[in-house]
Amino acid sequence: MFAIHFTQLMQTLPFFLKGLWGTIAISGLSLLAGSLVGLIMGIIRASRYKTLRMVLGAWVDLIRGTPFLVQIFIAFFILPEVGIQLEAFPAAVIALSNLSACFICEIIAGGILAIPSGQREAATASGLSSYQQLRYVILPQALRVILPPLVGQYVLLIKDSSVVSAIGVLDVTRVGWLTVQRVPEGLLVFGLVGVLYFVICYPLIQLSNSLEKRLTVVTTRL
Amino acid sequence: MLETFNFRVILEYLPLYWKCLLATLWLSGGGLLGALVVGVVACAMRISRSKLVSTGAGIYIESIRSTPLLAQLYFFYFGLPSLGIPMSEEATGVLALTLNSGAYMAEIIRAGVQSISYGQIEAAMSSGLGYFQRMRHIVLPQAVGVTLPPLLGQAIVLFKDSALLSLISIMELTRAGQIMTSERFMPAEGFLTTAVFYLLIYYMLKGISGWTQKRLIFREAR
Repeated sequence: MFAIHFTQLMQTLPFFLKGLWGTIAISGLSLLAGSLVGLIMGIIRASRYKTLRMVLGAWVDLIRGTPFLVQIFIAFFILPEVGIQLEAFPAAVIALSNLSACFICEIIAGGILAIPSGQREAATASGLSSYQQLRYVILPQALRVILPPLVGQYVLLIKDSSVVSAIGVLDVTRVGWLTVQRVPEGLLVFGLVGVLYFVICYPLIQLSNSLEKRLTVVTTRL
Repeated sequence: MLETFNFRVILEYLPLYWKCLLATLWLSGGGLLGALVVGVVACAMRISRSKLVSTGAGIYIESIRSTPLLAQLYFFYFGLPSLGIPMSEEATGVLALTLNSGAYMAEIIRAGVQSISYGQIEAAMSSGLGYFQRMRHIVLPQAVGVTLPPLLGQAIVLFKDSALLSLISIMELTRAGQIMTSERFMPAEGFLTTAVFYLLIYYMLKGISGWTQKRLIFREAR
């Protein structure tokens, strides 16, 4: 019985690869958009514009305080009611980008605020404009603090992308869910799903760990 | 959208939401208790001197951290029946939450225990304290201070993750939104009400977390 199901599962392997592609596409697009928006949000969050900071902070809290599943239902079911008709895929990318932007924003802001204010003062004294300060003085140093949790955040993003299967986007989890209806061997099917995620996430977690070790050594040496 | 927003229907469904809120609290509370137990045991195994035990715990922790909760949930939901283990949806959900958060908590506790410098343990040993006395009087009181904030953070994540249980048709907050969507075709009212309930609990937990952090800093300053 088990062997029959195993061969059945092997026959559906191309379907799984299609799902894997879906997961990679959604996470990749959201990773790019989320990083970009998160960077801008983080810079504003660490700036001196108090109102902007508070508005962003409130939005980040709203997003961090609700489950991603609820957010994705809101993006998919409620945005059409206000006139924004979205397919499942773009709705998923928008919701996931927004979620990761909110988390990345806090990481970036934390990194910028960790730079001693003397650095900024010295940059001002050297006549650098505020863009130049950010670009050449603050961000390169902040990157050390930012990078390890940022990679960790990317792992979370890839894992969170499994939730978009709930609105029917074809990713690895969705493929597993569809397959298990025909091949009634849940352990096998979702074992395979797990392996596919593991192959992507485990190296990234190791990267985040080693970055953390390497970058900390560098700072203490200075 | 606002002019058609139907507060009367929300009022009508409020008893359902109340019941579902209690279910969410009950499910995530159960998961939290289980995860603490699993976390302590897995952490003890991870730092054990026996290579076999330590590797076993390592495999458990890494495979949980590298795969999404939703895949784990489906793994148990579809997998346990195919092994011939009958389990209710609620038990499956709490099991998945427990095993998922347990792995993260094991890492948090390990970081806390390992943050205590070895000199303290040597000092305790030379004062003639036994293993349990060292744990009880030296290691744990200090480790609690380091681990409590991230543990509370993990509790918040666990609470939000419980939304995924709605996907295996457990009655909880997100499910209430889905029910309102399918019965009344009112996704806006349904999911926004759900979000408000999550936010209420989130702000409460965040408040508790901030309060304990302040207390801990105060205690250390003394």
